[in-house]
Formats: sequence, C-alpha cells, structure tokens
Amino acid sequence: MDYFLTEQQKTIKDLARRIAEERILPVRAELDENEEFPWGIVKDLAAADMFRVFVPEQYDGLGGGCLELCLVTEELSRICSGVAVTYAASALGCMTLIEYGTEEQKRKYLPDIAAGRKLGAFAITEPTAGSDASNIKTTAEKVAGGYLLNGTKQFITNGGEAEIYTVIALTDKTRGARGASAIIVEKDTPGFTFGKKEKKLGIRTSATRELVFKNCLVPEENLLGKPGLGFIQAMRLFDKSRPGIGAQAVGLAQGALEAAVDYAEQRVQFEQQIINMPVIQHMLADMDIQVEAARALVYAAARYVDSGAKNVTESSAMAKVFASDAAMKVTVDAVQICGGSGYMRDYPVEKMMRDAKILQIYEGTNQILRNAIAVNLRKRKARTA
Amino acid sequence: MNIVVCLKQVPGTTEVKIDPQTNTLIRQGIENIINPFDTYALEEGVRLKEKHGGKVTVITMGPPQADAALREAVSLGADEAILLSDRAFAGADTWATAYTLSQALVKIKTYDLIICGRQTIDGDTGQVGPEMAEMLEMPFIAYVSNIEEIKDKYLRVKRMVEEGHEVIETTLPAVITVAKEINVPRLPSLRGIMKSKNVAIQTWGIKELGVDAGKAGLAGSSTQVIKVFFPQRVTKAEILEGTLEERVDKLFDRLKKAGLC
Repeated sequence: MDYFLTEQQKTIKDLARRIAEERILPVRAELDENEEFPWGIVKDLAAADMFRVFVPEQYDGLGGGCLELCLVTEELSRICSGVAVTYAASALGCMTLIEYGTEEQKRKYLPDIAAGRKLGAFAITEPTAGSDASNIKTTAEKVAGGYLLNGTKQFITNGGEAEIYTVIALTDKTRGARGASAIIVEKDTPGFTFGKKEKKLGIRTSATRELVFKNCLVPEENLLGKPGLGFIQAMRLFDKSRPGIGAQAVGLAQGALEAAVDYAEQRVQFEQQIINMPVIQHMLADMDIQVEAARALVYAAARYVDSGAKNVTESSAMAKVFASDAAMKVTVDAVQICGGSGYMRDYPVEKMMRDAKILQIYEGTNQILRNAIAVNLRKRKARTA
Repeated sequence: MNIVVCLKQVPGTTEVKIDPQTNTLIRQGIENIINPFDTYALEEGVRLKEKHGGKVTVITMGPPQADAALREAVSLGADEAILLSDRAFAGADTWATAYTLSQALVKIKTYDLIICGRQTIDGDTGQVGPEMAEMLEMPFIAYVSNIEEIKDKYLRVKRMVEEGHEVIETTLPAVITVAKEINVPRLPSLRGIMKSKNVAIQTWGIKELGVDAGKAGLAGSSTQVIKVFFPQRVTKAEILEGTLEERVDKLFDRLKKAGLC
C-alpha cells in the first residue's frame, strides 16, 4: 500500500528504520531481559535528529506533526516497542508546552528536547486516578514565590530518566477537575523524588516510576497556560497523541507478522514448510489485513489531527483502539505460528506479545475510549434528530 | 581545525565481476557505497571538527555518479564536498590517483590534517594515502587507531603495528590513514540528509586543477592491470609414512626440493 508520504516523511521513516535495525535490533533482547533504560539508543536517536521531528522549527526542531511522529514511532516499535514508547513519551512530555507555553517557556525547554539532550515526560495518572483521570489528588498550592506541589504520580513513563515533566496538579482543590493546572517541573527540584521503578510484563526497557512531591516549590512561571485548564489541556493532548499509540501498535504488529512469516518459511513439519499449509496461510493473511487496516486508520487519524480539525477525539480513539486490539491479536497469533519456539525467549515474538498488552491499557483503556466513541455517536444522532 | 577526508565510491559487494576485455570492474547494476574504511576517516574528521571547530571537506575522484558518495558524506557531517571528475582521470592507478588528489589539495591550500581510510575494498592496495603524502612532502602515519592530541601544528597519535601499538608525534599538516578500531561511524542525521540534498558540490577537472593530463588517469599510470582473475584453488595433502625420524627426513627432503629450506 502506498500512503503517498512526502519526500521528507519518507526520509524520516527510512532513517528511523535504519536506526531500529542497526542499533536497536542487536540489543533489544538484552534491554528487555535486564529491564535497562536504553540510553545508548536515545543518544543514537538524538544524533540522528529524531527528537527534532516533533518540535517546531523555531526551537531547533523540524516542525513535523502527528504523522511524522507516528512514522518514527512505528518504525522503532517494529523492532522494540519499549524503545518506541520511550521516544514517544518525550514528545508527550512537551506537547502541552508546545501548545500552551509562552515564548519564554518554549525557548527555555524545547531546544534541549529537540536535541535529545533532555527527555520529557507527562504525568497525570495517580493511585486514585486511572480511567477516572479527573480524580487527581496532587496539589499545587499557590504560595509566595510559586506553587508548592504535594502528592504522588503513578506509572509515569520516562520517570526518573526525563529532565522535564509536565505535571497535572490541583491549583484549586475546591474545584476538582476544574481546578487542575499543567505545571512544568524540572528533575532535581528540591522536594521532587522518584518512587520505585516498576517491574512490568512488557515494554521492559522503558522506565515507569512514581513521582513523589513533598513540599516541592516550583516557580510561578512554570505554569502552562491558564490555571484551571489543566484537565482540558490533558484531554486535548491525548486526543492528539493517541494516533502515536496506534502507530506503536502498527509497528509492533508488523514486526510480529514478519517474524511469523520468517518462521513459517523455515519450519518444516510433515515434510513441508508450514507456510505451504492453508491453515498457516490464512492466519498470516488475517494478520496482514489487520496490520494494514490499522496502519491506514492510524495514518488517516494522524493526518486529521495535523489538518487542525477541531474535534479529533473520535478519530484518534478509533485509531488507538483498533490498532492496539489488532496488535494484541496479531502478536498472539505470531506466537501460535511459531509454536513452542515462539514461547521461548530465544525468539522475539513472546516479547512482542508481552509488549502488546499495554497498548490496550495506557493513554485511555480501550473500554474508556469506546465510551468516548459512543458519546460521539449519540451526539451525532442528537444533532440529526 | 580544517580537515580534508579523501574517500572513494566502491561497489557495495564482494562478488565483483570483471570485464574480460578491459580488465576493469563491471559496475552496472551494483549499488555503490562509500568505501567502508573511509567511513572511519570521515567519522574521525567530523568528531575532530565537533571538538575543535573548523570544517570537514570531503574529496573524491571518480565518475559523475560519485556525487552520491559525497552527498552521503555531507549527511554524515561533512561541510563541503569536491568531486574530481574528468575523462582524463579515468583508468588511473594508485600513483595517478594520488597525483590528482594531491593537486586538488594544493588547490584547497588551507587545511591542517588529511585523513584517509587504510585501504579500499575494491583495489585493496592501501597505497594512495602514503603516495599522496609523499607527493605533498608531508609527514605520513598509517593505521592510526587513536588521535591522542591535536593542536596547532602538533599531532600525537596511537598507531597499530603487528604486535601492539606505537605512539607517534608529528607536525601538521600531515596525512594519516585510520584503522577501523578508531571509532564507530555514526548514522546520518535528518538535518544532515536534508543538507546533503541541497549542498553545492564543486566539480574540478583537468582545467580547474591545471594539471598535466599526461600525469593523470591512464596516461599517468605507471602500472597497468593486464589480467584480473580468480585464483584456482588446488589443495593437495600428502601424509608421510614411517617412523618419526623417517618422516622428518622425508619432510626435510621435500622442503629442500621445493626450495623452501
């Protein structure tokens, strides 16, 4: 399928694939096994300008949009989904800043993100606020000299490794979600520490940690946009970032499909390569259809986001749900085709299957996103009634 | 620190075919790459520039399509690129190649260090670097595995020799060839690729260089390839019989007859 990418988009995609194959592939099993943060790969990605892709040109970026970010994420995820999310989470960590930050704030933080000298992270989830994202408890009390942060953020991707955190906290706890604000917190700010590093089923090279704030004083100028808009800013951010999770799913599923085809070609049973058997062929064909359909939807949603359309909630939710469900199914089938070997850690598909599960959970569970899609269905019906 | 890196475009394969008429490589249908050894030279040049400032100029002699190798070098961090291309340069042996390159360096004038790969994967001679240094009357160090110190008019390097390494100091400008142990070449960057698409590549021929056509290309080559062929491998083993002493005598006899002792 040809998605009519521009010359620059093709260049970005090709280079991301090259980095994935030449630099990530040789170390991916080791990174997974040791649950080691991929700093070496981050440096390679930085040197290749990959962190510039999603940053506007005036802040040393290349001015790409959602689609460009998806292309890189997809290619990295084809080899290692854990590396892909590490990369994409840095984008997530600075997208609120790009959208709502002042000129001064952008000048201060974005060039370092673009150069890959510093990673970003985004923090909304808390022990009490998962799907019920508005139920956050972390406070940012206005005091002399800035905001005083108290509370704990949970399951934060790039936690401990990132330097620049966008944190959603209550600047007015009497107003609930309407009292939430987005605030930049730099690593090493006194009162800001990290909880334990989580041990995960998959994407094990990526870092997932708690952020702990105890009387952490952040200067007033770190507030992003207006106070009280933090929750809305976060929801809008996810509307734009979800195609990226879809792209992560597409890449992961593509990698699993390729591994399954490779195995089916080599594996001989009943005196024939198993790829000659109709049962295997149909499984592979179904996987291929799922991957391509997911890719088409993800690219379409990403382009819709880049068009500047006002309400992209439904499209980006669809792309994320469909692609992540496809990735789960395709990776399970890839393990099935590879049989006993596929279950062993010597082969890559068991890792891919473990990596796939999170895609149905983070950045909105697929159930919550189906709710959002259904809400839009009802709204449309109401409008035409 | 102004650095010149000499590189060569070579066929990206080890299964080369030879044209039986001309005894030259058949290049049609084979993807060309930068000679892998030269990528270490380029990387070292770019690293020195990043550390000490200045610029990296890449230079190659070859047909017009060698332009692609220079653009790739720009995507990997080179600043300027010069292509030495002229029908009169064709068919050059290492001597004529070194002559043409050295004339280009005379024209470039301002540089502190010239870096080459240790050899090419197609010709495999490793001669162009040292010949060029000789023609430019410059110090030359081969198989450099580490640049220990470089500053105004001074260079100290570690160079690989068969049983270890040597540390050598020299004045600058100088010519060095590098071993692959010196670094791990980077991948291109997106900004580099974008720059490489638009960079203006200067092309210098006989006229621009003002060189004697009789010294370049085939005319200036003192060696000529008469025949290129794959050696026939004939292996024959013989087991000597007898007591240990008899076998030693037989072996000694055999070696003597073969003129090996």
